[in-house]
Amino acid sequence: MDKILVGLKRVVDYNVRVRVKGDGSGVETDGVKMSINPFDEIALEEALRIKEKGAASEVIVVSVGTTESQQQLRTGLAMGADRAILVETEESIDALSCARALLEITKRENPGLVILGKQAIDNDNIQTGQMLATLWGRPQGSFASQVDLDGDKARIVREIDAGLEKIEIDLPAVITADLRLNEPRYVKLPDIMKAKKKPLDQIPLADLGIESSPRINETSFESPAEREKGVMVDDVQSLIAALKDKGLV
Amino acid sequence: MSRILVIAEHDGVVLNPSTAKTVACAAEVDAAEIDIAVLAESASKVAAEAAALGSVARVRTVENEANKHPLAAVLAPQIVALAEGYSHIFGPSTTFGKDLMPRVAALLGVNQVSDIMSVEGTHTFKRPIYAGSALVTMEAPADVPVVATVRTASYGAIGSGGSATVESTDISVELPTHTRFVELLIGSSDRPDLQAAAKVVAGGRALASEENFGLIYTLADKLGAGVGATRAAVDAGYVPNELQVGQTGRIIAPDLYIAIGISGAIQHVTGIKDAGTIVAINKDEEAPIFEIADIGLVGDLFAVVPELTDAL
Repeated sequence: MDKILVGLKRVVDYNVRVRVKGDGSGVETDGVKMSINPFDEIALEEALRIKEKGAASEVIVVSVGTTESQQQLRTGLAMGADRAILVETEESIDALSCARALLEITKRENPGLVILGKQAIDNDNIQTGQMLATLWGRPQGSFASQVDLDGDKARIVREIDAGLEKIEIDLPAVITADLRLNEPRYVKLPDIMKAKKKPLDQIPLADLGIESSPRINETSFESPAEREKGVMVDDVQSLIAALKDKGLV
Repeated sequence: MSRILVIAEHDGVVLNPSTAKTVACAAEVDAAEIDIAVLAESASKVAAEAAALGSVARVRTVENEANKHPLAAVLAPQIVALAEGYSHIFGPSTTFGKDLMPRVAALLGVNQVSDIMSVEGTHTFKRPIYAGSALVTMEAPADVPVVATVRTASYGAIGSGGSATVESTDISVELPTHTRFVELLIGSSDRPDLQAAAKVVAGGRALASEENFGLIYTLADKLGAGVGATRAAVDAGYVPNELQVGQTGRIIAPDLYIAIGISGAIQHVTGIKDAGTIVAINKDEEAPIFEIADIGLVGDLFAVVPELTDAL
C-alpha cells in the first residue's frame, strides 16, 4: 500500500500521578510531563514495521490538539514517521469531532491503513478509532495484538475478554493497537536531529469544515473515594483467621 | 419517561453476566422502561434468559445468520435500526461493548458516555478517567439519544423473576461483508470467569515464570477462585491476555481479591477498587498495594503461598 496514517495524542505521561484541582474544575496538568499516548506509540511502531517490510511506502503521523502537540509529532518523526500533520485547536475536543477531523485527513491522504491506539490513557474513552472506521464506512480491527497483511486484506488477532479472536477485514481499514501488538523502539539522538527537518503541516481545525457534534459536558471533577489501609498480619495462620472472621474461607 | 435499549452480550447460547449488570444500571435511570436487544443467529435461548431478568419490559430479537459472531460493523447498523424511539442505548463496558457501542454512537452522530459508574440523573452520569485517578460528572445533551457503556464492576446483577415479552423483529438494512469472523482462540479452563468469580487470586511479575504461576492456580483451585494477573505478568508471557486486570484489561469486583507479588501500580489497582476484601502478599513492605489492602502480609510468596494453600 501507499500510505499508513497513525494518530498520536498528547497526554499526561503514564508515570504521573494525576490529581484533581482543588475547585473540581478539572485535573492538574500545569507543569506535568506530557508524552505520546503509549498505545499510539505501539500503533506507530506497527506502521513503521509494515513499512520496513516493504508493504507500505509512507507513514504519516497526525494529531488533533493544541500547538504543543508538535512535540509529540516530532517524537513520532524521530521514531521514523515520514511526515506529520497537526490539526490544531486550542479547545478540548470530543471523540466524535476528533474522529470527524481524522476522517477529513484520511480522505485527503487516502491511506490503506489507519492505525490508532486502542485507548488514550487520559480520558480512557475507547471511542475514536471505532468512530473513525464507522464514519469512513470501513472495517475496524480493534484491540489488535497481531496484524498480518495479505494483499487487500488483513488478518487481525484481537484481545477480548474471552481470550483471542481472529477476524479478517478488507482494506482500507482502521486498526486500534493493544498492548502486546509490539514493543515500540527507542528514539536515538541522531534521529531527533533528523526529525527536525521532516515536514510538519499545521491545519487549523476550523479549516476542515467539520460539522459540530452534540457535546457531552464535563460539569465537575472529583477524587475517587480512597480505600482505607487495613490491618497487617504476621503469618499465614493470622491471615486465615482474618479471612475466617470475614466469612471468606 | 426514558426508554432504554440494552444490548445483550452473549455467545449464542448463554447470556453474559455483563447484561444483567447493564440492566441494573439502566434501572437506576428515573422512570425507565427497559428493553433488551438480542442479536443472534438463533435467539431463543438467550432471549428466554434475558426475559427472566427483573425490570425488563420487552426482549427484542433480531435473528440473522450474520449475527452468529458479534462483529461490531455488522451489529451496529441493526442496532441503529432498532434504536428508533429510545432515549438511551446501553451496552456493557466489556470488550464486546467497547468495540460495538462507539460504532452505534457514530452512526447516530453522537458522542458516547463510556464506563458509567453511577447515574446522577436521566442525562447525568459519573465515570472514571485517568485510570480512576479522577471521577468526572458528564451531562449528555437531552435532545439526542444517550449512547453509553456501563462499568459492570460498579453494578450487581439485576435480580431474576422477570417475565418480559419476547418480540422478534425483522430488520432490512444492508449489512457489510468487509469484516469476517475467522476463529476464537480461547484457553480451556474450568476456573470461574474473572467477571463472575466471587473470589480471585492474582499474581504479578514477582512470580518470575509461567511455571511458578502454578502456585497461583493451585491456591485458586483450593478456593474455587478465578485467576487474574498484572499487565507485567501477561507481557512476560506467564499467563494469557484474558487474565489481565486493570485499566487496560478487566475491571472486576469480586468479594475476595488476593494479590500475590503485585506491587499495586495505579493502572492495576483501578481494576480491583470495587473488590469486597483485598488481601496483599508481598515481600516489599513499602509496596503501594498495602495502602489499599484490607489484610496485608509481608513475606516471600514462594514460602507463604504454598503454606496458605496447604492450610486451607
